[in-house]
Amino acid sequence: MDLKDKLISSYSSLENQGDKELLTIRNEALKIFETKGFPTKKEETWRYTSLRPVIKEDYNLFPKTEQNLSFEEIEKYLVDDLDAYRMIFVDGVFSEKLSQLTEDKFEVSALSAAFQNEKYEEIIKKHFNKIRPQDDSLSALNTAFSREGAFIYIKRGQALDKPVQLLYLSTANESAMMLQPRNLVVIGENAQAKIIERHQSLNENPVFTNSVTEIFADKYAVVDYYKIQKDKENSTLIDNTYVDQADNSNVSIQTFSLGGKLIRNHWKAAQNGERIDTTFKGVTLLNGKQQVDHVTLVHHAQPNNESHQDFKGMFDDKSKGVFDGYILVDKIAQKTNGYQKSDNILLSDRAIAHAKPQLEIYADDVLCSHGCTVGQVDKDALRYLRTRGIPQKEAYALMMYAFCSSVLTSVTIPELQKNADAWIAAKLGVDMGFHD
Amino acid sequence: MLKIKNLHVNVEGHEILKGINLEIKPGEIHAIMGPNGSGKSTLASVVTGNEDYEVTEGEIIMENEEISELAPEERAHKGIFLSFQYPIEIPGVSVMNFVRTAINETRKARKQEKMSGKEMLKLMRENAALLGIDQKFLQRSLNEGFSGGEKKRNEIFQLAMMDPKLAILDETDSGLDIDALRVVADGVNKLRRDDNATLLITHYQRLLDYIVPDYVHVLMDGKIVKTGGKELALKLEDKGYDWLKEMQNA
Repeated sequence: MDLKDKLISSYSSLENQGDKELLTIRNEALKIFETKGFPTKKEETWRYTSLRPVIKEDYNLFPKTEQNLSFEEIEKYLVDDLDAYRMIFVDGVFSEKLSQLTEDKFEVSALSAAFQNEKYEEIIKKHFNKIRPQDDSLSALNTAFSREGAFIYIKRGQALDKPVQLLYLSTANESAMMLQPRNLVVIGENAQAKIIERHQSLNENPVFTNSVTEIFADKYAVVDYYKIQKDKENSTLIDNTYVDQADNSNVSIQTFSLGGKLIRNHWKAAQNGERIDTTFKGVTLLNGKQQVDHVTLVHHAQPNNESHQDFKGMFDDKSKGVFDGYILVDKIAQKTNGYQKSDNILLSDRAIAHAKPQLEIYADDVLCSHGCTVGQVDKDALRYLRTRGIPQKEAYALMMYAFCSSVLTSVTIPELQKNADAWIAAKLGVDMGFHD
Repeated sequence: MLKIKNLHVNVEGHEILKGINLEIKPGEIHAIMGPNGSGKSTLASVVTGNEDYEVTEGEIIMENEEISELAPEERAHKGIFLSFQYPIEIPGVSVMNFVRTAINETRKARKQEKMSGKEMLKLMRENAALLGIDQKFLQRSLNEGFSGGEKKRNEIFQLAMMDPKLAILDETDSGLDIDALRVVADGVNKLRRDDNATLLITHYQRLLDYIVPDYVHVLMDGKIVKTGGKELALKLEDKGYDWLKEMQNA
């Protein structure tokens, strides 16, 4: 039985708690997945990316959860020295033991618990599954199957005093595993939050994660969302993230993509107000046969807004990068400033970077730019560094770091920035710092 | 310190250096002068390990070791420094970070401890002051948007930080106004000791008013055609290179 059939036939065995409305949402989502199935290369945005090797695995859909992991075992997957709240999920189940949440101060909890809690009924009804593109098959699949994830609700005027780290662990002890976490992030008027998300398999068995995150930023809200993507060789991550922004809000999402078999970031932001800023950034550093996609859409639906996209990719061996960025400017969205950049360095003859920037503009008074570059490390610069006594490998590393520094230095959590430096150094096989 | 024996060098199949002999002893300053295209910069590049240049014959010996097969960084670790004629811009790497990395990688190669942050800062401050460099300058991206003068001053700052045995200054005077030239020359003179040496490569005599060489060599068409004291430079300034050419042909 292929994965699609297996999923559909197992759907009925899922427990369906919650109200009828939720059940209706799930049933409808399943129908969409049933009709559309897994995307194939025939679809324009999947031209360079094949899910076939991923879906041919026999995934365990309902893993038995033995939550006997100790904090010491998982601590290394959290950002070093960072004082943060944390929500830890093991094989799709929220682990109260490993997590550390705020006591009543902020509304941060497991999504399943929020569903059961009457006081969140209204907020969930208003937001859950509201900005997911209804006909998108993978996020529909998630909607039908997901039972758990993070619920982060920051009320008007509140600023989360520490970042929240979301860590999704998969044990995959006995077999391959499929996980479908679902996050709902609602940041109220003039509220702020910093979030760090990471998916990590603890075993070499294949793990297929199909994640959906919906983010709502109300007026003047500020959201900094970081995604650490450095999982094991057999892991696949589809990250579907949807953003809805109101007046004067500022949302930034940034990836650190360093590992995994296939990572596909599928992000959409809708600017439904004015004076909004949306930022999508990423640093990708791959080798082997790894692949990372950033497929983005920024929808400028109102005037006087900005968006900034800046992706830096470095590809060695047979690795591959795809940037497919779309800026849509509606007719009323005058005075839009939309910037898009994808810079890539190929470190081997067999590495590939696909860049496909797209602008669709219906307004006449806008400033939009897109630039894509694919190049190699500057040989003269390497020689300059080496003539100063910096060995070839270290000189390469310094150049790589310099190449992506515009993205790295904008990280607003210093501990995370320090960690990112160390990850990059480790991936490049050097023992050096990159900062003054 | 440095001995070059019968050095022949090819670039893309063309012979550029055609049998150079040169010996530089500790404490000495040598100047190599010559018209454009005579092979001056090639000599600087080949001594510091530029891999585009092919040594077809001869030897480059640094402190009794043949170095013509060594990588550029290995030569740097042996104490050879090149002040580039055209320093490369590297956005995203600050001057400070670059210098710190260069010093610590060199120390690592020499099996020495890393320099402490405190010591590094002190040294940077001293050398910046020596060359009239603002502290803020050290935070800027390496050579990015630097003026010609700033680039050259930055090269000499790196020279002061790296404290090499042999410093090769390739056309350091080009692009410098007279005040900057004085500051740079003062810096080079202050760094001069009995145990280090300097090789100046220049087209014009002007630099040699400020950094006085012990020997002046004239390089023409890939060969050293004349060697003399500092007075030779003055003669070249006065008479140009043509009289040497005529002497050659005679």
